[in-house]
Amino acid sequence: MEQAALAPAVFVPSSRDRATMVVTAIAVAALAMVPWAADGGPSALLRAVNGSTALWPTLAAALVALICSLREFDRGTATAAGFAVVWTFGAALAEGAAGPSFGAGAGIALTALTVALSRAIARRGVFNGDATIATIVVVIATLLVIFIFFPVAKALLAAGFDAQGRFAPQLALQRLLTEDIWGLGCFGGGTNCGVAINSAMLATIVGVTSTLLGLVFALVVQRGGQRYAGVLKLMSILPIVTPPFVIALALVVLFGRTGIVTGWLDAWFGIPRSRWIYGLPGVTLAQLLTFSPIAFMILYGALAAISPAMEEAAQTLRASRARVFRTVTWPLLRPALANAFLLSFVESLADFGNPIVLAGNFEVLSTKIFFAVAGAQNDPGRAAALAMVLLGLTLLAFWLQQRWMGRLSYVTVTGKGDGGTPGKLPRPLWYGCFGIAGTWMFFMLVCYAIILVGGFVKDIGRGDMALTLHHFAQGFGMDFGSRGTLFVGSAWDSLFTTIEVATVSAPLTALVGLLAAYVITRHRFVGRRAFEFLTMVSFAIPGTVIGVSYIVAFNVAPLELTGGMAILVLCFVFRNMPVGVRAGVAALAQIDKSLDEASSTLRASTLRTLREIVLPLLRPAIFTTLIFSFTHAMTAVSAVIFLASAKYNLATVYVINRVEAGEYPLAIAYSTVLIFVMLGVLFGMQRLVGDARLGRRAAQPMLVTGH
Amino acid sequence: MNSTTGGVVFERVTKKYGDVTAVDDVSFHVAQGELVTLLGPSGCGKTTTLRMVAGLEAVSGGRVLIGGTDVTLRAANERDVSMVFQSYALFPHMSVLENTCYGPLSMRTDRAKARAMARAKLAMLGLSEYEARLPSELSGGQQQRVAVARSLVLEPAVLLFDEPLSNLDAKLRRRVREEIRDLQQSLSLTVLYVTHDQEEALAVSDHIIVMDQGRIAQQGTPDDLYEKPQSRFLADFIGDANLVDGELRVDTNGASFVAGGVAVPVRAGAMASGPATLAIRPQRLRVVDAAQGLLPGACRRASYLGSRIEYIVATAWGELLVFDPDARHTRRRDDAVGIAFDPDAVIVLPR
Repeated sequence: MEQAALAPAVFVPSSRDRATMVVTAIAVAALAMVPWAADGGPSALLRAVNGSTALWPTLAAALVALICSLREFDRGTATAAGFAVVWTFGAALAEGAAGPSFGAGAGIALTALTVALSRAIARRGVFNGDATIATIVVVIATLLVIFIFFPVAKALLAAGFDAQGRFAPQLALQRLLTEDIWGLGCFGGGTNCGVAINSAMLATIVGVTSTLLGLVFALVVQRGGQRYAGVLKLMSILPIVTPPFVIALALVVLFGRTGIVTGWLDAWFGIPRSRWIYGLPGVTLAQLLTFSPIAFMILYGALAAISPAMEEAAQTLRASRARVFRTVTWPLLRPALANAFLLSFVESLADFGNPIVLAGNFEVLSTKIFFAVAGAQNDPGRAAALAMVLLGLTLLAFWLQQRWMGRLSYVTVTGKGDGGTPGKLPRPLWYGCFGIAGTWMFFMLVCYAIILVGGFVKDIGRGDMALTLHHFAQGFGMDFGSRGTLFVGSAWDSLFTTIEVATVSAPLTALVGLLAAYVITRHRFVGRRAFEFLTMVSFAIPGTVIGVSYIVAFNVAPLELTGGMAILVLCFVFRNMPVGVRAGVAALAQIDKSLDEASSTLRASTLRTLREIVLPLLRPAIFTTLIFSFTHAMTAVSAVIFLASAKYNLATVYVINRVEAGEYPLAIAYSTVLIFVMLGVLFGMQRLVGDARLGRRAAQPMLVTGH
Repeated sequence: MNSTTGGVVFERVTKKYGDVTAVDDVSFHVAQGELVTLLGPSGCGKTTTLRMVAGLEAVSGGRVLIGGTDVTLRAANERDVSMVFQSYALFPHMSVLENTCYGPLSMRTDRAKARAMARAKLAMLGLSEYEARLPSELSGGQQQRVAVARSLVLEPAVLLFDEPLSNLDAKLRRRVREEIRDLQQSLSLTVLYVTHDQEEALAVSDHIIVMDQGRIAQQGTPDDLYEKPQSRFLADFIGDANLVDGELRVDTNGASFVAGGVAVPVRAGAMASGPATLAIRPQRLRVVDAAQGLLPGACRRASYLGSRIEYIVATAWGELLVFDPDARHTRRRDDAVGIAFDPDAVIVLPR
C-alpha cells in the first residue's frame, strides 16, 4: 500500500489567534510598567536597566515571544515564553534571599507567559489543538509544581544541609538513622521507643481497631434496616465538622487527672488519680473516636454494594446464616477492609490535633516535626529528616493500598439492580455487634455532650459545673457602645480570619479541582496520566510535611509568602484540590460524553461547553467540593499551625494555644462555636443542593476525610 | 447536481490509535441531497468515520472536505455539520426550546431570532407543545425528534446520524426511520447515517457503504449490495444467505458448481475454474417433493412464522435455510425432500 506516503495530519491553525498576541503583549507590558517585586519599586525593565542582569534574558525572551506571536510563528512563541518562565524562576531561585520577592509585575508577566506557552503549543497540535485545554493543563501543572513539589523537595533537601547552609550528605544519614527515630527501647523493657516506631505502632493499632469498629457499625446499620439511618447520617457528618482536637479535649475532661470519670473512680472505688490518658492509650482512644466513622463509611458502602442476590443464592444452596457470612459476605468485604485499614493508618500517621493535646511523653512524628521547627529547637534539618520518615511511611501505605486494591477488587454491582433484602446476620454476631456499637456510640455521644456543655459551665475540667457565659463573653464578647458594635472578644480575630480564608479558598479549590477533573476525564492528551497523578499526589502528603515545607520554601525570595494570608489560602487550595478532582471525576463519569460532543457540533467553543453544559451538570459536585474545602479550611491544624501568624491567626491554632495554656473552657467554647458554624454552612449548602439536584444525576455521597 | 462542491468528500482517510488502525485508507463521497449509510458490524470503523466527519476525532492521514472546503484541521465547532447522537445527547438541564436554541446561540444569533429558528423546526417535527419540557419528561421517540430538530436548526451542509434508532423499540424504529427518510427527501438534506442494522440501511439509503475491519468492503445502491454482493462477507452480512464452499468448473458447455459430489449449472460471469463459494438467498430456494429438484435432502426443522415457514434441510451441501412463503403446506421433520432453485438466483463468489 501507499499508506506510508500519506502525510500525517499537521495542525495548521485555521484562524488568526489574537488571544496569544494579547497575552504576550500583557506580559511585555507588565515587565515594562508594573512593579516587579512584592514591595513595589521599579518594573522589571527599570531594574534591568539599573543593573539586574538576571532580568535581561527574561525581557529578551518575552520580547521574542511577542514578535513571534505577532508573526504567528508558534514554535518561536512557545520556545521563547517557555524559556522566559523557566529562566526567571531559575535565576530568582538561584539568587534566593538576595533577590527581590515576586510581586504583581512578576505574577502577571509569568502567568501571561505561561498562558502564551500553552496556547502556542496547542497551535502546534499538542492537546489536540485545543488552546483552552492546553491552558488549563499547563497552568494547573505549573501551580502544582510550584506549590507542592517545589516546597516539599526543598524542605526534604534541608536534611542534607548543616546549620550554616553547607551541603552535607552524611549529615542527612546521621539525622535519619538516630535512636530518636528508630529506637526499640520500649520493647526491651527500656524507656522510650523511637518516634517512627511510636507512630507506626499507634497507626497500626488505630488502623486495625477502627476498621473493626467500623465493620461492627456497618453491619448493625446496614443489616439493621431503616431504623439506624440516623446513625449513618450522623457518622457521615461528624468527621466533617469536628475540629481534630475536640475529641482529645473531651477525653481530658473525662479522664484527665481532675477529670469527671477519674473523680468518680477515685471517690467510689478508691482508684487513685493518674495521668494515664496522656500517652499511647489516650491518643489511641481519641484517634479511634475520630477515625472510626471514616472506616464505617467505607465499609458501609462496601456492604451495601454486595448484592443481596449473592447471599440469597448461598441460602438456597442450603448454607446457614453463619456459613453465608463466613463464605460470601466476609470474603467480599476484604478489599474494603484493607482500604479502611490503610486509610485509618494514614490518618493516624498524619493526625496532629489529638497527639498535641494528649501525647505527653509519647512522641509521634507529626508533633515532633512541629517542635523541631517551632519553639526553641528551630532545626529545619532535623524536621526535614523526620518529614522524610513520615512521608515515607505514608507513601508506603498508599502504595500498598494501590497494589492490594488492584488485585483484590471484586465488582459485585452490576448494571441491573437485583431485588431482595440484605441477609440477616448470624445471631451471636448480631448481638455482639449491637452491644459494641451501642457502647461505642454512647461513648461518642458523651464526648460530644461534654463539648456542648463544657462551654457553658465554669470549669468542666475540674468538675466545677456552675453555669456561666463567661467563656463565650471572653472569646466572643461584643460591645454595643456609642461608637458602634465592637468585637471585643479575644477569639473574634481568628474566627474572622478563618472564615475569610475558608470563604476565599473554597471556590478556588472547587474551580481548580473540577477543571482538572474535566480535562482528565474528557480529553485525551499526551501526559494525561502524569497530570492525573500530579493532581492527586498532595492527598498523600501529611499536613505537617506540607506545613514545614511551606515554611522552608516560602519564607525567602522569590516567593516570600509567610506571615500573610495568601499562604494560608494557597495551602488550603492545593491540599484540598484532590477532593475536588475526585468529586469531579465521579460526577463527570455520570455525565455522558456525547453531551460535550453535541455541544461542540452545535458550534459551541470549549469555553461555552464548559460554561453551559459541564458546569451546570456538575452542580452537586461543586457543592460537595465547596462544603468540603470550606469545613476543612476551618478544621485543619497540621499544616496551618506552621503558617498562621499573629496577624492572620486561625481558629484551630488559637484553640490549640488555649489548650497549651490550660484554658480548657475557652477552648471548648470555641470548639462549640466552630462546630455550629460548620453545621450551619453544611445544612445551608445542602438545602441549596437539594433544589439543584437533577433527578437521577444525584451525585454519590462523597467520603470526605480530614487530616 | 455538482457532487464535488456540495456534500462530503472523504479522501484516503486513515485513523490510528497507537498501533491499532481503526480506519484504513477510506475514501467516499456523499453527494448533495443524498442519504448515504455507513453499515458494518461493531468495531468496523463506521462510527469513527462519522466522528471524523464531525470533527470529534482528528484524522491520522488524508483529507475531509465539507461543501467543497477542506475542514480536515478544523475543530468540530468550526464545521458546517450537525449530529444526532445515539444517546440523543439532549442537555438534561435545558428545556426542549433551550436545547433547540443552543446552536444558534453558539453562533451569537440574537435570542429572539434563535427562538424563532428553533420554534420553526420544533413545529416541523410536531414538537411545539413540548417546548417547555425537560428532556426527562419526554418519551424516547419524542427525545429522538428533539435531537433531530436541534441538529436541523443550523441548516448544516451535512447532517450526521449515529445509530439514531438503537434506543427505540422495534415498532417505533420502523416509523421513525420512515420519518427520517421523508424529512431528508422533502428538505433534500445531505445525510451521512451510521447503523449496524442492514434492514434499516436498506430501507433508508440512497447509497450504502459497507465497512469491515476499517476498510470499505463494498459500496452501492441497496439492491446492488443485496443482489450482487462481491464477497462472502457481503453476502452473509446483508440479508440471509446460504454459503456453500465448492468448486467452479467452466468449460465450453457453460459453468457448473460442484460441492459434496453434486454439480449444478450456474452463471459464472467472468470467473474462471477454481475454488468458489455459492451464495443463495433462502427465499430463492424451494422445498419440493423427494426425487425432484437439484439436491436431495431431509427436512431437519420446520418453524411456522405465519408469513412463511422456515425450513432447515440437510443436504450434501450441508444444512440449508429455506423460506417457503406457502405456509399452508408443511413438511414434517425427517421427511425426504428435494431442493430446487433457478440458476439465475444464485451468486458465485471467488473463494
